[in-house]
Amino acid sequence: MTLTAQEFAFISGLVRRDAAIVLEAGKEYLVEARLLPLARQSGLPTVSEFVNRAQQRPEPEMHAKIVDALTTNETSFFRDGEPFKQLVDTVLPDLLARRAATRTIKIWSAASSSGQEPYTLAMVLQDSLPAGWTFDILGTDISTEMLTRAEAGQYTQLEVNRGLPAPLLVKHFERNGAHWKVTPTLRANVSFRRLNLAAPFPPMGPFDIVFIRNVLIYFDVQTKRTVLQRVAGTLRPDGWLFLGSAETTIGIDDRYERVVAGRTSAYKLRASARAATPVSAVGKG
Amino acid sequence: MLTMVIDDSRAMRLILKRIVAQLGFDVVEAGDGRQAMDYLEANVLEGGGEIPGLALVDWNMPEMNGLEFVTAVRAEPRLRGMTLMMVTTESEQSQIVRALASGAHEYVIKPFTPDAIIDKLALLGLVSNGVAA
Repeated sequence: MTLTAQEFAFISGLVRRDAAIVLEAGKEYLVEARLLPLARQSGLPTVSEFVNRAQQRPEPEMHAKIVDALTTNETSFFRDGEPFKQLVDTVLPDLLARRAATRTIKIWSAASSSGQEPYTLAMVLQDSLPAGWTFDILGTDISTEMLTRAEAGQYTQLEVNRGLPAPLLVKHFERNGAHWKVTPTLRANVSFRRLNLAAPFPPMGPFDIVFIRNVLIYFDVQTKRTVLQRVAGTLRPDGWLFLGSAETTIGIDDRYERVVAGRTSAYKLRASARAATPVSAVGKG
Repeated sequence: MLTMVIDDSRAMRLILKRIVAQLGFDVVEAGDGRQAMDYLEANVLEGGGEIPGLALVDWNMPEMNGLEFVTAVRAEPRLRGMTLMMVTTESEQSQIVRALASGAHEYVIKPFTPDAIIDKLALLGLVSNGVAA
């Protein structure tokens, strides 16, 4: 049974209000597929009945689960490959020169889902930074369920099969029954916290590198602009921003300039924007 | 690129063959390591034919197992260009370490999704944007 227009409007309104994510008409299939497990958990045979119950008996916890289910995105280790190659080939050589005094690199992995991206970044840095350097990686996500998974750092066989080179699997993970768990060494430099990209950010950063990939695509233009503006406030003036391959700042926020890096693009703040970014916007801690 | 699919299960060979054929690779099948080595000796080392660029290798097979095959290929300088990927149910950490130390470049644990094979081939630079690089 398919959702009625009214049921779809209720769900898209809920997701837009809580996560600023736009579910356009035509995405009914996505709502059906993502909410079916929740409907089953609630003992209801169809998504339609589940949505009706959520409307009639509003429970904040259930609403949060609905938003979670619709905002959780597919992820894998080394997703798309090239950004991580450019991190090694282009970005780290630049930062090794610029941060020679502090020998520390801070990275934010936004919308980090079940943690594959922040742990990928941790593997790349652990294997690339010279001795004496340290790094901190912050993973954030709107979903508390995904944060719990990311914090556990434990992955199924199918998950580690996806994109993770075997030499890195055996180096950075330990077999734990049917799962693979990140080593304490890798885990030590990665922290997680909840963050809704569509709401004002808590004080954090400044970051040398921000990965915010395959999430802006779900926002409307105004929200994209607001998020990019807030990200600029967390980025060091000479920091690097990576977006998803289908995303860009061009035509949305001209304080960034695109930098071609290998077969992908990264973004940096223009000199004019660096001066214009108020110091107070750069959080501490 | 010529790819060897080496597995004693005909069904598994068919699954792997479909995945790599979709990427545009030509496929040669072998039912175990011995058959695969016989092919390489007759057609490549003696026959002067095309050196396979890739081999997907099961571990447990009659005659010559996957680890022995990998070791044998690595011992032959003329086959240096072959990329070797184990595709096996063996999933102990020590076994993966052993296969890599013997000269395997990659390791996929069964069961796998087609995307897992394609992701790994992309990591090895053999696939780009869903087709043979």
